[in-house]
Amino acid sequence: MWRRVLALVRKEFLALLKDPKSRLVLVVPPLVQLLVFGYAATFDLRQVPIAVLDEDRSAASRELLAAFGAGTTFVKVAELGSAAEIAPLVDGRRVLAVIHVGPRFADDLLSGRPAPVQVVIDGRNSNTAMVALGYVRSTVERFNAGWMAARGLPAPPARLEMRAWFNPNLESRWFFIPGIVGMLTLVVTMLVTALTVAREREQGTFDQLLVTPLRPGEILLGKALPGFVIGILQATLIMVVARAWFGVPFLGSLAAFYAGLALFLLSGVGAGLLISSLSATQQQGLLGAFLFMVPAVILSGFATPIANMPEAVQLVTYADPLRYFLIVLRRVFLEGAGFALVADQLWPMAVIGAVTMSLASWLFRHRMY
Amino acid sequence: MSAARGGAAMRLRGLLRKEFLQIVRDPSSIAIAFLMPVFLLALFGYGVSLDAEDVPIALVQDAPSRDGADFLASLRGSPSFAPRDAASMAEAERLLREGAVSGIVRLPADFPRRLREAPGAPIQVVVSGVDANTARLVQGYVEGAWGNWLAARAARQGQAMATPVDLQPRIWFNGELRSRNYLVPGLVAIIMTLIGALLTALVMAREWERGTMEALMVTPASMTEVLLGKLGAYFVLGTGGMLLSVAMAVWLFEVPLRGSFWVLWACSSLFLLAALGMGLTISTLARSQFVAGQVAIIATFLPAFLLSGFIFDIGAMPPVVQAITHVVVARYFVAIVQTLFLAGDVWAVIVPNAAALAIMAAAFLAITWRKSRKRLD
Repeated sequence: MWRRVLALVRKEFLALLKDPKSRLVLVVPPLVQLLVFGYAATFDLRQVPIAVLDEDRSAASRELLAAFGAGTTFVKVAELGSAAEIAPLVDGRRVLAVIHVGPRFADDLLSGRPAPVQVVIDGRNSNTAMVALGYVRSTVERFNAGWMAARGLPAPPARLEMRAWFNPNLESRWFFIPGIVGMLTLVVTMLVTALTVAREREQGTFDQLLVTPLRPGEILLGKALPGFVIGILQATLIMVVARAWFGVPFLGSLAAFYAGLALFLLSGVGAGLLISSLSATQQQGLLGAFLFMVPAVILSGFATPIANMPEAVQLVTYADPLRYFLIVLRRVFLEGAGFALVADQLWPMAVIGAVTMSLASWLFRHRMY
Repeated sequence: MSAARGGAAMRLRGLLRKEFLQIVRDPSSIAIAFLMPVFLLALFGYGVSLDAEDVPIALVQDAPSRDGADFLASLRGSPSFAPRDAASMAEAERLLREGAVSGIVRLPADFPRRLREAPGAPIQVVVSGVDANTARLVQGYVEGAWGNWLAARAARQGQAMATPVDLQPRIWFNGELRSRNYLVPGLVAIIMTLIGALLTALVMAREWERGTMEALMVTPASMTEVLLGKLGAYFVLGTGGMLLSVAMAVWLFEVPLRGSFWVLWACSSLFLLAALGMGLTISTLARSQFVAGQVAIIATFLPAFLLSGFIFDIGAMPPVVQAITHVVVARYFVAIVQTLFLAGDVWAVIVPNAAALAIMAAAFLAITWRKSRKRLD
């Protein structure tokens, strides 16, 4: 039996790697994409473009606005002369925020009344707006603390001491890069598996395969192994780059990482082969690959937390193998999880893998055109 | 002259008819154009949200006190939190580690005494930094509750709160900061990128692979006409999908459409030309359906998802990556739809992005046209 399977595996590898274009597609994009996406995927802002409108022109207002010029968080793009200039700048996306100091700022401040300062923020991207507002707020709070200390005003009776576990500087890149490792692995398994059976069906060679002594289980094995091998190799490469290039800590055990990866590949390859064996043409296979891949990524909790989704959608995410793999990856990378801490995420992937694999193998024989 | 033109029109009509017949006979194209947008928008419109509500947090008081209860009441009253009491810090840490809570707020045993002494009492806030964005939100919510509590306490004691500068945020275009309002228009752009490329990524390669391209070559139809036939048929399908998506965004998800519908229509048409052109280019260059399918999987979804400004701000990326985003078609359309839906007809945003779309569409179609001469090799 193994000789037959090995022969089929060899043929599958040849089919994948013989075409130079196909070879290129399998090797180069994942690495390039990790580098580009690794830099792109962050919610932290740098050099937020702002404009200032100072109607007071006092020493106090200049001191406040100078606080926004210091450091690399903000870049002052324009100084405005009147409130009428705010709208065109914000509408045209030239600035993300405008700090507007009213004419009575210094009077209020010096007489001990709260001095209002308006900040206009472009809310088109509400998340960016919220992050930018947070930066503005902490700059103003630093100014307030300094102002009160310099004038001997009493400090508030209680203060917050914030600490963040696992990621002390709250770098959102540390959250996203393990997620990218998972996403790229999913894409690779789809590339290798989703079109293979469909191509053979369309070209008629699958019928030939069915009349060979190979049993459906053996065909399945032969079709699944290349995806498995390529997936393991690529995920390893991507993991090393994430660790070495981006400096994301890898604190957990390699055994936990590879156990998660193997089961995820099982479920991903299973889903890919199921799609492929359901399709009569490659066009249908491609459609199926997208119909699986896109929801799998968006509902995995990669960018938007699963906890924010409505109950019904949260239930759907339990069928998404990427959901479990991302939890494994984040726990292994950032929380230093060993095997025991990820065990509860492993069996669902095994179940998904077993179901999709057996369905695919059943369909080999029972879906004929 | 007129006879020749009539011939061209007739040939084009014939080609269009052939494409439509092919579309109707393999229902997957129709599924791509109409089922995909409905399915994906419904799933994501409901599923994708960055607004954290009812964040579970654990409250720990080392020694219960009236002052402590007073502060914790401000957290319990906040709609942002779903607080639960933990008997000890050890228990709270266990909950955080298991992911049952996203943060811990702990008051030390001497909280009431230190509240009345010089440097003030510390309130410990611990968050899990794995999801840095949610962690920041939780910190912000705690800060808000803390500020309200300080102000209420000062008012009760008859003092004015000493805040030198009082920051008053004005959020334009999306006052309640509903993340769905920017995610849904962005999703329309992402989904249409996929659909545009999916519709056409295999069509040229299919003709080459099956040998029917050679059959087309011996007809009087020119290559330009063959291309126009394909583009026209799929453009009609894509426009249908687009209208469906916009209708769902406006009526199902109640995203305000503040700009003009006709500007949106015009920009969508440009964008569709670019997206279909990208599919045709992939198809023409790959020449085999298998490779074209692989390229379509790699080149469309993840770049459109991550590099278009749909979710990650392009301005925050390093310059090199920002330069790369310029070849992502979806980037220009995301900027246009976010502005058209939430801000209105802002020409300063629309004109440059629409121009970029036109250039990309022209470039893709030119590459396709040049590479698909009537030639056997």
